Amino acid sequence: MSEISKDLHTEYMVINMGPSHPVTHGTVKFLATLEGETIVDLDVEIGYLHRGFEKMCENSTWQQVIPYTDRLNYVSPLINNTGYALAVEKLLGIDVPERCKYLRVIACELSRLSDHLTNVAAAGLELGAFTAFLYFVEARELVWDLIESLCGARVTVNYVRIGGLKNDLPERFEEKVRYVFKEVRRLWVDVDKLLTKNRIFIDRVRGVGAISAEEAIAYGFTGPCLRACGVPYDVRKAQPYLVYDRMDFEVPIGETGDNYDKYLVRMEEIQQSMRIVEQALAQMPDGPINVRLPQVRMEPKEKIYSRIDSLIYHFKTVIEGIKPPPGEVYQAVEGGNGELGFYLVSDGSGKPYKCRVRPPCFALTAAMPRLVKGRLLADIVPTFDMINMIGGECDR
Amino acid sequence: MGLMDASVTLKKLTEKFPDAVVGTHNYRGDDTAIVKKEKIRDICLFLRDDPDLLYNFMMDLTVVDYLGRDPRFEVVYHLYSLPHNRRVRIKALVPESDLTIDSVVSVWVAADWFEREAYDMYGVVFTGHPNLRRILLYEGFEGHPLRKDYPLKKRQPLIGPVN
Repeated sequence: MSEISKDLHTEYMVINMGPSHPVTHGTVKFLATLEGETIVDLDVEIGYLHRGFEKMCENSTWQQVIPYTDRLNYVSPLINNTGYALAVEKLLGIDVPERCKYLRVIACELSRLSDHLTNVAAAGLELGAFTAFLYFVEARELVWDLIESLCGARVTVNYVRIGGLKNDLPERFEEKVRYVFKEVRRLWVDVDKLLTKNRIFIDRVRGVGAISAEEAIAYGFTGPCLRACGVPYDVRKAQPYLVYDRMDFEVPIGETGDNYDKYLVRMEEIQQSMRIVEQALAQMPDGPINVRLPQVRMEPKEKIYSRIDSLIYHFKTVIEGIKPPPGEVYQAVEGGNGELGFYLVSDGSGKPYKCRVRPPCFALTAAMPRLVKGRLLADIVPTFDMINMIGGECDR
Repeated sequence: MGLMDASVTLKKLTEKFPDAVVGTHNYRGDDTAIVKKEKIRDICLFLRDDPDLLYNFMMDLTVVDYLGRDPRFEVVYHLYSLPHNRRVRIKALVPESDLTIDSVVSVWVAADWFEREAYDMYGVVFTGHPNLRRILLYEGFEGHPLRKDYPLKKRQPLIGPVN
């Protein structure tokens, strides 16, 4: 017997998943070295969606960057808009009106809803739970209907402006929110029943992709993936921006950091986001949504067409761009996947000298080899789902 | 994140490394220390391990190209301390004549991909990095596109991946 095994010639097999693979929602390539079905080594290749975000920003005016930020994490574009606008406002040293802050909070939380709903839906789909996918995509459609009524677009929203917003709430928005949240809660219960105690689902996700809190921190994990390890770090709580300090919400945490905990954290955050939107709608004061600084935020069209000074400001901000003082700032917001940071450098001109995005899923994707090494090939699927790598944000 | 808190990091850093810290400032509430690149690894270790600092997160690493200035490049580290809820920005000066700086992968694993990206986009070489190759662009791409002297509309033929 031993002689036979001595002669048996075995070698590792290298298989290539992607860049376009049905189970990797995102254009990414895995090069897995396998021993049988066990992953010995994994090389992750990203960059297929790289489009030179920073180079484009450096050659656009400060306002023209906002549509580009939509395309970062395209499942939660409103958070990207808000993060960028907050960073520029920090650079300018200005503060937006109260109503604008509440509206931005509502916009951010609707985006977070859409992000988590998509993530759980896709994870269900890729593990064979097609019904859960359909339910949550339906919920996401409803949330996108809300976003559409808010800013006229579903994905490429381009809603937030430096120093304000594109427009105020549409008519009967609260009514729509009540209806949508009722439906989302109903669908949430359905998906919860379908997945949370489902033997097949649990077998695929529990204990897979686990990581300790210390290691997750060293890897730069943030967001739901870090909280699943039991670290209650949430930018909205740690360094509150806008009016998050006035909102009453919980930060759910997990224990083991495995894919099941990441799923549970996201499910709970869906509930918390809805709570925040409801509170913000209830607390929101009346008032202006834009700062009264014509050199930053464009004035209403009636004024531009009737007053010479408004026209001059309009012309100068459109042609030259707004001009923050020279300096640099870093502003972090809680994105769908974790800490979304903007590091801006201004040289005093109308264009950013440097516009760096700290993409949360970049650090998460970098840990993929660590999360799946020694596991089965099939474990790549749920682990990568729960990492929620978004190509537009990771590759920029 | 008051100003008092803020100065703790910068004060301790300046006391510990008087020769390496070139300057510090606090603009819009962001603490910044400008340092010489030679001691960067020691500085990062100190920031991570000192009980009053404990910067356990390396949130971001990037490079800024100040074309026409000497030293031309700045490697910018954004650190976050979860125990103290503080942030700091460390900027290491890298001249064009010597485009190397010590890698901090051994301090925070997170630096791995961030340093690869910085190398890809700016051509700064991180010595001691375990696997320093391009990450967003492909092997065979010529130049480093985020440098200020790289033309915006330059085109390069896209060749396929190696394997």
